Amino acid sequence: MPYALREALSAIRRTPLLTALSVIAIGFSLFVIGLFALTTFNIRRAIERVEEKVEIVAYLTDATTPAQLQLAQDEVRQLPEVQAVKYVTKTEALATAMEEMEEFRDVFTDLENNPLPASLEVRLKPGSRSPTSVEKVARRVGVYPFVEDVRYGKDWVNTIHTLRRIAGGVALVIGGAFALVAAIVIATAVRITVFARREEIGIMRLVGATDGFVQRPFLLEGLAAGLMGGMLAAALTFFTFRLLSGTFDVQWMPGAWVGVVVVAGTVFGLLSSVVAVRRHLSQVQ
Amino acid sequence: MIRLASVYKEYPRSGLALRDVTLHVRKGELVFLTGHSGSGKSTLLRLVQMAEFPTRGEVKVSGYDSLSVRRRDIPLLRRKLGVVFQDFRLLRDRTAEENVAFALEVTGTKRTLIGPRVNKLLTQVGLAHKARAYPDELSGGERQRVAIARALANEPLVLLADEPTGNLDAWAAKGVFELFREINSMGMTILMATHDLNLVRAHPEYRVVELAHGSIEYDSAAAAVEAGRA
Repeated sequence: MPYALREALSAIRRTPLLTALSVIAIGFSLFVIGLFALTTFNIRRAIERVEEKVEIVAYLTDATTPAQLQLAQDEVRQLPEVQAVKYVTKTEALATAMEEMEEFRDVFTDLENNPLPASLEVRLKPGSRSPTSVEKVARRVGVYPFVEDVRYGKDWVNTIHTLRRIAGGVALVIGGAFALVAAIVIATAVRITVFARREEIGIMRLVGATDGFVQRPFLLEGLAAGLMGGMLAAALTFFTFRLLSGTFDVQWMPGAWVGVVVVAGTVFGLLSSVVAVRRHLSQVQ
Repeated sequence: MIRLASVYKEYPRSGLALRDVTLHVRKGELVFLTGHSGSGKSTLLRLVQMAEFPTRGEVKVSGYDSLSVRRRDIPLLRRKLGVVFQDFRLLRDRTAEENVAFALEVTGTKRTLIGPRVNKLLTQVGLAHKARAYPDELSGGERQRVAIARALANEPLVLLADEPTGNLDAWAAKGVFELFREINSMGMTILMATHDLNLVRAHPEYRVVELAHGSIEYDSAAAAVEAGRA
């Protein structure tokens, strides 16, 4: 086993409390980030679910021929923003109306002619639900002469879009602040371990250890503490998720997000060790 | 081996610690560096280790020059110097043999060579039987012997000692100094700062350099040259 690894392990063994403390400090600061990620992920998911309901409805005149209809359907389907196009016949429209509006059921039943128009329901792809692309597709669909009217919840689309942008901005600011706090906590924890071992560092320098040699065990220690802290944070976040999922409709975030938190911990641990040891070394000869 | 040429050392707060010091320590010499506390003995030793650099003048130690040395060369210089302090500076959470081995490990000595070498060093300082003891379980004299073994671990050319007997009772001090003499007799250059005048007077065969207020007040080698001229 190389010296640096042995030394890092024995440092952890010699000062288990200090190691535990920095792992816990790193773990809890990343736990905050983890919780935040979980919240952000679920808010995003909720917004996406609402967005899925964004739909453009083109009402057709009764004179529309099957050929025209086919052509329109094919052309609209070709648009890059469009996910699916669904044709709703007059009969289907009536059935839906009767189902959804029970109090008017009698009125509908008594009708001699079906007054409801047939329609095309256009659903957009996940990335294309912004107000501009919704409007663009709506206008394109409205071009057909046999399209009487195009409807989409314009205000609704705008509101969702604004909400999404606010959520994104808030996530960036809060997430950034949390990450900064985590970095400071981790750096402090590592500086304490370096401070606790300043005597050792002094002797290493005294007997002629190179800077690289002095640094390596600390870097490994920082790396290990960061990794353990990251895993602790992931475990704590998952535990909280399990607690919450009983009461709320929350979903666990994708594995990549968890990976990012753990890797962030490891990198923070390593980087703050580099900074702390370098700073210390630059102050001693 | 060690050469100081017109060295000045000034600290921003406390002022001049060394004033125009010129000193040449030859290979194989044992030199007592004496003077009151605050006279500049420790500063001079720190300059030799290149733990600090002169404000003016030049320090040369076995091929390294304070004017041109790079930070990454300093560890290599340190391996040629063994340093011993009044307060021993042993790691309390390691045994005697681990403390000595530490100096070898951190300079990249092969692991298989470390064990036998540590054994030999502890035998040399008369502590082979206490290899597994922690510093707190050793007497002051024994701790200083461990520190000396550690200082010798990387086979240095020079041994620097800053008040090595300062914390020891007379008997232990005598033992430690005898060890220094023995090491010196094998060819090691030793520069030893001490204010123990009894020790210095008891060994007139060694060169004495006395510092006062940062300047060399007396150098027995120079005095001998003067006496020879007269």
